[in-house]
Amino acid sequence: MSGIIDVVYAEYNYWIYVTLMMIGFYAMIAKKNLIKKIIGANIFQTAIFLFYISLADITGGTAPILVGEHGAEHAEHAADVIYTNPVPHCLILTAIVVAVSTTAVALALIIRIYNEYGSIEEDVILAARRELQPEFSEHARQKGVAEVGEQ
Amino acid sequence: MKTLALFVVVITGAMLIYAGHDLPAFGDINSPSYQAPMTQYFINNSLEESGVTNIVTALLASYRGYDTLGETAVIFTAGMAVMLLLRRRER
Amino acid sequence: MSRIQESVIIRTIVRIMVPFIELFALYVIMHGASGPGGGFQGGVIFGAAIILYTMIYGIAEGKKKMSDSLDRILASTGLTIYAATGLICIVCGGMFLQYRAVPLLPDPAEVSKYLIDLVEIGIGITVLAVMISLFFDVSPPESEPEEAEE
Repeated sequence: MSGIIDVVYAEYNYWIYVTLMMIGFYAMIAKKNLIKKIIGANIFQTAIFLFYISLADITGGTAPILVGEHGAEHAEHAADVIYTNPVPHCLILTAIVVAVSTTAVALALIIRIYNEYGSIEEDVILAARRELQPEFSEHARQKGVAEVGEQ
Repeated sequence: MKTLALFVVVITGAMLIYAGHDLPAFGDINSPSYQAPMTQYFINNSLEESGVTNIVTALLASYRGYDTLGETAVIFTAGMAVMLLLRRRER
Repeated sequence: MSRIQESVIIRTIVRIMVPFIELFALYVIMHGASGPGGGFQGGVIFGAAIILYTMIYGIAEGKKKMSDSLDRILASTGLTIYAATGLICIVCGGMFLQYRAVPLLPDPAEVSKYLIDLVEIGIGITVLAVMISLFFDVSPPESEPEEAEE
């Protein structure tokens, strides 16, 4: 029993990131509201950031900034210092910027969709699109033909 | 629909947890990504090669400078895209 | 005009705080080489200062501080600074963004340090202009602004 607890404790960062990622994933696939989908995507991205940053951590390590004003002069001192892994930090800095950009464009598209259709619910938008464009999908086309036939 | 989504989410989460057991433990100094020659090279040589004490900045602006240029272009393009999407009606 | 925007306390505090937030943003940008910070972080902080001002004083006052045309010019200026730094390295005989090739100072690492600072300034200018422009884009034309989307 304590063995299992040790294993889980040693890897608890993975449990946290999986939990967060699945919350975001559920929001993305189950929610009909477009804003909630974007929130889900952001939680998903945050989970990945957390995963990478936790991979970079070293127990007892300091931030990847060289110790001393001019690190070369303190070379013998700097050799004792453990730095955390700088490579994932750099990758995630890139990823955060891309996440901000995609979120901004997605929210702008949602504002345009709201102005066009008066709703941000997926069902309402799809129904409105079927009325505007009968050729929107095969199923919708057949439905549209049936409605015209009824009239 | 919601049940199906929950089912998919739980299965995917279980698979990720299962895969996570092969990854290094939290804070492990012997993790492959830290012991890789590339990481050690950046930590040891970034000051002499790029002159900045912040290793992340050295990576971001010097070793991966071309990528960061593209990143700046991405955020610029996002700003222009939002501008085009939302300000078109005013003109 | 909501009640929060009419509050004297909030208006005064914002007016006092904004210059200090901007100063802190400049500090973060310029210390990207030697401490925690960098162009992206500092640019976002600077943008947040202007967004805070606009949220309290209204869109019209905010646009006096940062007009649309200035926004567009700054956004492209930052990107141009970055790309020009890379091209200078080519002109001096190196590869694109190979800072050590520029013969400004005897120590190539020193040159690299200052050019990295220049590049960070370019990133910061672009990011602050884009953040402010995003805020102005999503806010309705003449009513009070919505919340920031960043």
